[in-house]
Amino acid sequence: MAQSDSTTGLRPDEGVAAICAKYDNRPDALIEILIDLQAERGCIADADIAPIADALNLTRAEIHGVRSFYSDFSTTPKGRVCVKLCRAEACKSVGGDTLAQIVEKRLSAKLGQTSPSGDVSLEAVYCLGNCALAPAALVGERLIGRATADKIANAVGRSKS
Amino acid sequence: MTRPITIWVPSDSAARSMGADAVAETLAVEAAARGITLDIRRNGSRGMFWLEPLVEVEIAGQRIGYGPVDVDDIPALFDAGFMSGGEHDCLVGPVEQIDFLARQTRITFRRCGLIAPLDIDDYEKNGGWAGLKRAATLPPSTIVDEVIRSGLRGRGGAGFPAGIKWKTVLGEVRTPKYICCNADEGDSGSFADRMIMEGDPFTLIEGMTIAALATGAEHGFIYLRSEYPDAINTMERAIERARKAGYLGPDILESGKAFDITLRRGAGAYICGEESAMLESLEGKRGEVRAKPPIPAFSGLFGQPTIVNNVLTLATVPMILSEGPGPDAYAALGEGRSAGTQPFQLAGNVRRGGLVEAPFGLTLRQLVEDFGGGSLTGRPLRAVQAGGPLGAYIPVSQFDTPMTYEALADIGAMLGHGGLTLFDDGVDMAEMAQFAFEFCAEESCGKCTPCRVGSVRGAETMAKIRAGEAVEDNLVLIDDLTEVMVDGSLCAMGGLTPMPVRSAIRHFPEDFAADGGRN
Repeated sequence: MAQSDSTTGLRPDEGVAAICAKYDNRPDALIEILIDLQAERGCIADADIAPIADALNLTRAEIHGVRSFYSDFSTTPKGRVCVKLCRAEACKSVGGDTLAQIVEKRLSAKLGQTSPSGDVSLEAVYCLGNCALAPAALVGERLIGRATADKIANAVGRSKS
Repeated sequence: MTRPITIWVPSDSAARSMGADAVAETLAVEAAARGITLDIRRNGSRGMFWLEPLVEVEIAGQRIGYGPVDVDDIPALFDAGFMSGGEHDCLVGPVEQIDFLARQTRITFRRCGLIAPLDIDDYEKNGGWAGLKRAATLPPSTIVDEVIRSGLRGRGGAGFPAGIKWKTVLGEVRTPKYICCNADEGDSGSFADRMIMEGDPFTLIEGMTIAALATGAEHGFIYLRSEYPDAINTMERAIERARKAGYLGPDILESGKAFDITLRRGAGAYICGEESAMLESLEGKRGEVRAKPPIPAFSGLFGQPTIVNNVLTLATVPMILSEGPGPDAYAALGEGRSAGTQPFQLAGNVRRGGLVEAPFGLTLRQLVEDFGGGSLTGRPLRAVQAGGPLGAYIPVSQFDTPMTYEALADIGAMLGHGGLTLFDDGVDMAEMAQFAFEFCAEESCGKCTPCRVGSVRGAETMAKIRAGEAVEDNLVLIDDLTEVMVDGSLCAMGGLTPMPVRSAIRHFPEDFAADGGRN
């Protein structure tokens, strides 16, 4: 028997069923469901695929296909704080490449990886819509303009506390 | 004093990214310490991002600006008497008289930065719902005719006449029909959709509802990217409030017609900004593009007749349907078939970055130099990428090109979503060309081979060129490869990736030279 989730007291597949039910088990809401699940658990594990498929009356292959398509979804838990660093043109035009190298060192995580402590995941994104104040980064849900390694590290510190 | 002074501090995420929240909090704390009562309100951004956080003080019906304000400036602002417009280094004067803003023609962005985004009464007082109220009294064909007459074209990038699209959906007898708003603004250099959704969300709801009345759709979706958490939050609340006030729901303004909107979040896929991939994603599937035809107007969401329009297109509709400016006045702006105004976005290495809404036809130089003030670094500009990652790199020698769909096409460029990313003379155009391929490889949906494989081969080949390996032969290879991508790709992702690549090679051949270029 699967273990209960410590925060909700639900068995993992019951938690999945609750999220699916919130969207009336509509197959077209699959991406919303996966977003919610990822927000709750930090990832979408292989074990979650079958209960979602059951609830939405889709095949497991369809769920797997969607999970693997969108870059927001992860099969393994991410760090406690997620840092998204913009790697697109507007940020490149004002030193985005150099910033990325410095931030990788500062956070002890390469782009696409989580720091050894498990505190921070660093991800590349393509545009945060803050291109007039580039370079831009998103720490959790906090947007940073004219980003520097210091600003990003400070925001990570605040997010952890 | 009888009434507290009203102070505006933007809640736009770009302003917040520069500390607007802390500024608003510190203003309140400092005022309290000085025994002053302030009415601190949050507005959208005016789109003058180099001034953010831009604090505005309402004095005798005028809004006096101070920016950029740092929290450390706040005690000095009080000492300087900023509540009565006192002198301070941050003082920029009456906001609407700032050259950057005064020289614009704001129609789509008329209210953005002026009102509290979620104050539905403020929205109405400033001309909101007028277009919808009028539309509710008109037969659908008249609404469609007015949109056609306005000359409004799709602002997402393709520039297809919006009214013609609407007419096609109106003519379809099959129901249900859908209104899908493409808010997957993924182009680097673009932020206009985000600004509207965060700064004037009701105008998008109003535009979608007018589209519904015009075509008989009863349900709409906004597909909003996950990279915009603030916009998601604001739009969700705006939809709820509009529903409560009867602007959405089973009986819109007692017209007997129903319409409601569901917000759907994206999950980090650039390709979902392509309309057919977006529809797949809205159906809960992988965001793979569909072969066209059929076009979405015939067979869109769930195979039903569907309008897919960009945020800016829909947000402009209320102004066209209202008394002012109305369809004919809108059509009179701009140049030829590029009618009306375009929200241009100045981004990247720019001194005064932000939003410039102006009639089509002003030159790129006017935008980049007069509005933008040149590069942020102060170095000479070398190129502007227009229209996002799939757009051309335009050299300084072509800066006098008028900004219209047609004139840009004539020089092998495109307007796209109106984003303009500036680069100074430090840019390596061969590196940018390689990045264009890499971006395509990263974001390709994988459905068609020219895009999926061509992007990877293109990046590899460009790396060889940059390493000085068989440069001439490899440039011929790039030429062949990009031709295949243009001719053989299913959508604009693979079909337009060659545009930045080829424009970079054409205009900056020295960066691709066998001797390693300028360096």
